Amino acid sequence: MTYLAKPKFHHPALPKNELGYTHRDYEGTVSTLCAGCGHDSITAAIIQACFELSIEPHRVAKISGIGCSSKTPTYFLGNSHGFNSVHGRMPSILTGANLANRDLIYLGVSGDGDSASIGLGQFAHSIRRGVNMTYIVENNGVYGLTKGQFSATADRGSKSKRGFINTDNSIDLAAMALQLGAGFVARSFSGDKTQLVPIIKAAIRHQGAAFIDVISPCVAFNNHAGSTKSFDFVREHNEAVNKLDYMTSRMPIEIEYEPGTVEVVEQHDGSKLALRKLAADYDIHDRTAALGFLQQQAAKGQIVTGLLYVDEEARDLHGHLRTVDKPLNTLAEHDLCPGQAALDKFNASLR
Amino acid sequence: MPTATPISRVNDFVVRFANVNGSGSASANEMFARAVMRMGVPVAPRNIFPSNIQGLPTWYEVRVSEEGHLGARGGTDLMVAMNPQTFDKDIAAIEPGGYLFYDSTRPLPASKFRPDITVIGMPLTAICNREYSDPRQRQLFKNIMYIGALTALIDMDVKVVEELIGEQYKGKDKLIAPNIKALHIGRDYATLNLEPIGLKLRKADKVGDRIFIEGNSAAALGAVYGGATVCAWYPITPSSSLADAFTRHCAKFRVDPETKQARYAIVQAEDELASIGMVIGAGWNGARAFTATSGPGISLMQEFLGLAYFAEIPAVVFDVQRAGPSTGMPTRTQQSDVLSCAYASHGDTKHVLLFPEDPAEAFDMGALSFDLADRLQTPIFVMLDLDIGMNHRLSRPLAWDDKRAYDRGKVMTAEELEAGKDFGRYLDVDGDGIPYRTYPGTHPTKGSFFTRGTSRDRYARYTEEGAPYVDNMQRLIRKFDTAKDLVPRPIIGNAAKPTKYGVIYYGSTSPAMDEALAMIEARGHSLDRMRVRAFPFHSSVNSFVAEHDFTFVVEQNRDGQLRSLIVNECGIDPVRLVPILHYDGTPITARFIAKAIGDHLDQLKVKPMKVTS
Repeated sequence: MTYLAKPKFHHPALPKNELGYTHRDYEGTVSTLCAGCGHDSITAAIIQACFELSIEPHRVAKISGIGCSSKTPTYFLGNSHGFNSVHGRMPSILTGANLANRDLIYLGVSGDGDSASIGLGQFAHSIRRGVNMTYIVENNGVYGLTKGQFSATADRGSKSKRGFINTDNSIDLAAMALQLGAGFVARSFSGDKTQLVPIIKAAIRHQGAAFIDVISPCVAFNNHAGSTKSFDFVREHNEAVNKLDYMTSRMPIEIEYEPGTVEVVEQHDGSKLALRKLAADYDIHDRTAALGFLQQQAAKGQIVTGLLYVDEEARDLHGHLRTVDKPLNTLAEHDLCPGQAALDKFNASLR
Repeated sequence: MPTATPISRVNDFVVRFANVNGSGSASANEMFARAVMRMGVPVAPRNIFPSNIQGLPTWYEVRVSEEGHLGARGGTDLMVAMNPQTFDKDIAAIEPGGYLFYDSTRPLPASKFRPDITVIGMPLTAICNREYSDPRQRQLFKNIMYIGALTALIDMDVKVVEELIGEQYKGKDKLIAPNIKALHIGRDYATLNLEPIGLKLRKADKVGDRIFIEGNSAAALGAVYGGATVCAWYPITPSSSLADAFTRHCAKFRVDPETKQARYAIVQAEDELASIGMVIGAGWNGARAFTATSGPGISLMQEFLGLAYFAEIPAVVFDVQRAGPSTGMPTRTQQSDVLSCAYASHGDTKHVLLFPEDPAEAFDMGALSFDLADRLQTPIFVMLDLDIGMNHRLSRPLAWDDKRAYDRGKVMTAEELEAGKDFGRYLDVDGDGIPYRTYPGTHPTKGSFFTRGTSRDRYARYTEEGAPYVDNMQRLIRKFDTAKDLVPRPIIGNAAKPTKYGVIYYGSTSPAMDEALAMIEARGHSLDRMRVRAFPFHSSVNSFVAEHDFTFVVEQNRDGQLRSLIVNECGIDPVRLVPILHYDGTPITARFIAKAIGDHLDQLKVKPMKVTS
């Protein structure tokens, strides 16, 4: 019953953000996913990130494909327009929507079936075009809605609930996003909200294609021994390269850091990312090294998380196309129609 | 002397140039066609080309018709045979009494020719080799040289050709003099060595204010005038030139003069699925968006088209049809996507189709399609074909009413929402089946909804219950009924005297049909005619069929797709509709139509019994 709204009643002392909205204003309807689903934790992280960023909920367009993950936009930002499109095609819908109105915030939510299998092409091309968006893959390694078939991100050698061993190589979407030129690439874990929330906040404020691969265990079909996407496995093999603190442009950096342990990155909109280094020598500005590191650690069976790469000067698709500052969907006849006089000249040139 | 009497005609003949593609012949041949137009004589050129860049046969057919017939005629009166690969077939295509112009540098045995035609040889290669040392120049100037020879043979005004050369190479002025020189080398040779032929051009005043334009360019300009701001496309013949033309027109008309920023966004997508996805995303978000494609693209877009139908999102698709199925004949024309567009996608769907007859109508319908898409909140298909899209056609000048405002359809504003107006995304408030929509980001707390391809109730809430599903599907039918009176109506022409027979046709068949009607009348038959311009069909289509014993349906496909659509949608006994089908990939001709319909009518005609006294 996904259309059942949560009760509007809430405690008068709930904290408000800069715009006067409470946490509840960023919620959607009640989730219909399985109890304990990692996706619900991501939903909660998105709600918290948007609340803390003081985003006007209706200025977000939330777009998804098909699958368990793609259902989740119903569960957050109830006052935003949402678009649950067709399987694997969220990126093209989002790209078109973004072209029509560059002023909204675009949140693309997808899954590993949606993005790594049927929609691999659209995933790749939206990243390489630099669409200004936050593209979140809720990655559980299985097809949940169709009851537990392997997806393309399932690791080779991992075991399905029915006991089959996956013999296909896996696709690492974060590595692909790096290779395809994403301006912002991160990986996180639905079970680590303290890591995930600042990453989502930083991604939303990134002015270009921001990609987040969130390992999100499927409690119904992929949380058993032998799976490499189970809560236990991910906790044991999670290797965070850094810890991120997100600060808006208006916030002074108050936290005291030990010298040499923190790198502050300022994004295009003035927001600052303070990164506590956990892996020595990991450089978030070195795309090639990041790719190499991901592959080395994957070979060891480790899951690298954290902010993997950022280009704070990234340009987006509108920049490439040199479109006007005003959203295209607000242009009217006098902006768009050359009129009869121009047509007369055009006609004359064709005689 | 040929065994058949040489054809002798003024301003009424067909010239066909047989070339190898990639040899630079296209621009010379097009110049020939333009010169005819500049002499005031209506002309209809057609480019017949392979799916290839260099080395395969290509033809350029120019129909000269002072009477104004712009359809393909069939047959060739003068063959300019420049391609040895196709020489034998080209000679076979010449009408009895016709003419062959060929490069006689290498002597050919008499067996290569036909006794019933006039053979005109000119040693083009030898002359070029003598005049030019650069091999590329030899090739390029050979083309302009045969145009020069033709000016002498058929009395084409050489001054007009010189003018055209000047215009073509404006800005590259160094090229003007050598081209004019080559033109005169050809002309002088012909004047000195060749006999004039029976085909003649004579200045006339029959072109009027008409323009010479390709349908794809006109349709793309229609999209500019219609307010399209987002174009997402994937290259495919014969529609790529539509997206190219949109790019060109936008660079001219849609760049902010001060900031140099673009009031448009064009994305070459990774495939047709992404193209239509971007169009739907942009339409959902309140921009006017389109894609241009052809049959294979339509096949790939099916799932998304169903989403746009069911979720009710405006989108415009220009389908420049080619010969299918599968890859079919990518560079040949057909009208064979009618059914795959009308019923695109799984489940019960129906889509709005527009059928332009020529470039001017492609412009009009191109612009109109965006109003219809917004008004009806659904995909609109503009059904061009290769014949209209990729050939220059003499067409009435494009016109625009400066007072015209875009119809953005039913969009609820922030003010209306704030005032408490009830918003149900799929609520039929006006009884026309068309609900209100809101653009994303309109109001902080009101008017947001979830767009989905799954079933939903009137307030856009997900449901799998039968009653709301049926309620929604019935409303979609009401909306489609509303469309019947919004789309361009059929154009009816009645025969001079009452007749029991009618003919229905559409799109690029139009010029051939006009010409065929006169031929059919000359055979003693009368036909009322109806040119269908859109689907869903206006009620006049039912009455037209009802008023006639038999109605011929002329189409350029194998299966009589429009006929099927009429039978299906109007509930008509199929026996009443006689299919007349032409689908070999060449444009339909008046000769074909007149013969097919004439033969039918001859059989039906009651012959008066001879009375012997």
